[in-house]
Amino acid sequence: MSKDIRIRKGFNLSLEGEANKILVDTHQSKTFALKPDDFFYTTPKLLVKEGEKVQKGSPLFFSKQNPRIHFVSPVGGEVTAIVRGAKRKILEIVITQDEAQGSVKHEIPSLESLEQEQLKEVLLKAGAWPFISQRPYGTIAQPEDTPKAIFVSSFTTAPLDVDYDFLLKNNKAEFQKGIDVLAKLAEVTLTADGNFKGFFEKVNNANVVGIKGQHPAGNVGVQIHHLNPVNAGERVWVVNPEDVANIGALFLTGEFSAQRTVAVVGSSVKNPQYYKTTIGASVASLLQQSNLDDAQPNRLINGDVLTGTATSLGGYLSYYNNLFSVIPEGNHYRMFGWLPFVDNKIPSMSKTSLSWIFGKRKAKVDTNLNGEERALVVTGEMEKVFPMDIYPMQLIKSCMIEDVERMEVLGIYEVVPQDFALIDYSSTSKLEAQEIIRRGVELMIKEEG
Amino acid sequence: MNFLRKSLDNIKKPFGKGEKYERFAPAINAFDTFLFVPNHTTNKGAHVRDAVDLKRTMVTVIIALLPALIYGIYNTGYQYFIQTGEAFTFLDAFIHGAWKIVPMIAVSYIVGLTIEFIFAIYRGHEVNEGYLVTGLLIPMIMPVDIPLWMVAISVAFAVLIAKEAFGGTGMNILNPALTARAFAFFAYPTYMSGNKVWVSEASNVDAISGETILGSLAAGNNVNYSFFEMFQGAIPGSIAETSTLWVAVGALILIFTGVGSWRIIVGGIGGAAIMGFLFNLWGANALMSFDWMNHLVVGGFAFGIVFMATDPVSAAQTNKGKWIYGILVGIFCILIRVFNPAYPEGVMLAILLMNVFAPTIDHYVVEGNINRRKKRWAAAQLKTA
Repeated sequence: MSKDIRIRKGFNLSLEGEANKILVDTHQSKTFALKPDDFFYTTPKLLVKEGEKVQKGSPLFFSKQNPRIHFVSPVGGEVTAIVRGAKRKILEIVITQDEAQGSVKHEIPSLESLEQEQLKEVLLKAGAWPFISQRPYGTIAQPEDTPKAIFVSSFTTAPLDVDYDFLLKNNKAEFQKGIDVLAKLAEVTLTADGNFKGFFEKVNNANVVGIKGQHPAGNVGVQIHHLNPVNAGERVWVVNPEDVANIGALFLTGEFSAQRTVAVVGSSVKNPQYYKTTIGASVASLLQQSNLDDAQPNRLINGDVLTGTATSLGGYLSYYNNLFSVIPEGNHYRMFGWLPFVDNKIPSMSKTSLSWIFGKRKAKVDTNLNGEERALVVTGEMEKVFPMDIYPMQLIKSCMIEDVERMEVLGIYEVVPQDFALIDYSSTSKLEAQEIIRRGVELMIKEEG
Repeated sequence: MNFLRKSLDNIKKPFGKGEKYERFAPAINAFDTFLFVPNHTTNKGAHVRDAVDLKRTMVTVIIALLPALIYGIYNTGYQYFIQTGEAFTFLDAFIHGAWKIVPMIAVSYIVGLTIEFIFAIYRGHEVNEGYLVTGLLIPMIMPVDIPLWMVAISVAFAVLIAKEAFGGTGMNILNPALTARAFAFFAYPTYMSGNKVWVSEASNVDAISGETILGSLAAGNNVNYSFFEMFQGAIPGSIAETSTLWVAVGALILIFTGVGSWRIIVGGIGGAAIMGFLFNLWGANALMSFDWMNHLVVGGFAFGIVFMATDPVSAAQTNKGKWIYGILVGIFCILIRVFNPAYPEGVMLAILLMNVFAPTIDHYVVEGNINRRKKRWAAAQLKTA
């Protein structure tokens, strides 16, 4: 057991619409979809055609970057649509569920007898490999690499984020099994809330570390930076807690597990709670019981309000997220809203607003930009929400001018776009820092080849 | 409000995308966004955003400037009336001051904003709010008796050469307001020094003369003001620089709202105090033995360190760099005052000098961070080897 750590910089955005600790089954979704865009820097090569019947766990496509990595169907059924966008880019592979198709069964040898390479082969073949991502870059891990550590973060600090101790309450055995599997590949560090570790405290085969602090202390990249930083050429692998349980379930049952427990949250949701569903379920099925307040247009977000991607009622749940946020759109005008110390109900980190006195503890936010994009003028505000020993503005600027060497020495290996979410949020100049870093990381991967 | 919004939308129609006057959209948008925070929603990146924006930040600086400006207006009249010996009330002094200073502010805004609007339309970006502050700062640091045409030329020089030539807001190396002051200082030296410019009407009325304290010290004369008088600010000098008291109120607003860097302000005061104290110990001439506490309250030091040195664009940008930058501004300010009596006002030159060196300071701070990372990497390699 390692010593707990406290991360001192950051900001908790406390919002209305936190999920109640109630877990229910969703209405069964009829259609499911995999979206290749959920996998950063992965080009799909299709293995199925429209109209083809698939089992749960049969491969739908593989990665052009590494053909060993297969992406499998979360349910059995029929491929009913392959939705393409500009330049015939594949956006969605839609499967209409048909239980009769059954699922692919895998022979799982006992864990003790497995060599590392054989273990990787089992994960690759079963389609569980995409559950493992890596630092640097936040791409899917490469099976050829040897990581120096595997990180699982059950500590969450993003706005309205889930409580994994509650979310995994029925999957403790699977979770432990998943940790046992990962521990064969590298040393596992499991981080938990420093104030209440819950059942994670008793997990075996992992180095359990408590983390305290405000957002982004829950970002696994921030934790890695403080516990076991990634240097040039090194790899650290990262797995989401529920995907650890999915890996465990594969080894317990011999079937690919695509369980996804999702909290539907946000001020537009009248009864925010947890739903048990499946990877790629339709948004409509997820929101059926959520009782949305649609007096105003809402924004549906796959993920949290800082890092998620916007979707629509016709869309599908993303591959990795346990969170689905719904907040009002903010396309309205505010007269003289730029005066200091007015509109204090909008949460603000800046003391040019009195929201720290008059704001509600749990605020209601919308998607208004609250200003316009401007030249970078204010300095020092990024450092306040960036708890790493990295100069964020200098790194952002090096990404803007595409100076790869500078990006490298300034610490691009340790960051993913999500770590810059609070910089997006708090920027006086309304900078799109996540987007800039995403392009910077893509450039790094291209340059490395 | 709805009616106003609708009429604005109507006025804006010909400036919309694909319409006749699309090119001039930045000009009309500048007025529109002055009335209303626009209805823009987030597109990429975080879906929710903080209430702060550049307008709010800049307006906070203007609020912080107001106490010093109002006192400066009063002091202008006060200096005039005590020199002429007329009886006067507070209101008389204030009206006299406003009559001199409001036209200067108007000229500064009209000339500066015209150039800003032209460049915004030419470059196709929105009008940045930076000039709202610069345009008010420039008259505040000018001598009160300066002719309006000199203000206009200084403003034009500062905006064109110090700012737009480098790429506009956020790209400039030197603080534009100080560049305007330096331009006036070096272009019209006979006018900008001596005792004929610091008091209203001094150039027209023979009976009036008012030398700044630093000016008379440099000339080897004694100072007849007490520390408290100098702190409170009823002394001749540039319009808004004289009252350390009201500048300090502005400083508190800037520090509390986080808009001005407390590191630079504290560093600057510390640097100047230490340098002044060391010179006191040496004490070879009148300026050297000028008490270090007095150094902090005379001349433009307080105004410069609070409102000029903290300009985030031209100052150092890293937190460590801000300390170094602030301390060096303080040290150089006193150094220039003491060793170069031809330029009794050291703070302007000290800040401009450090503006030039700020990127170098940041470079070494960031380089330190990079070396730390390289060392960590080397240590990791050693461990695996």
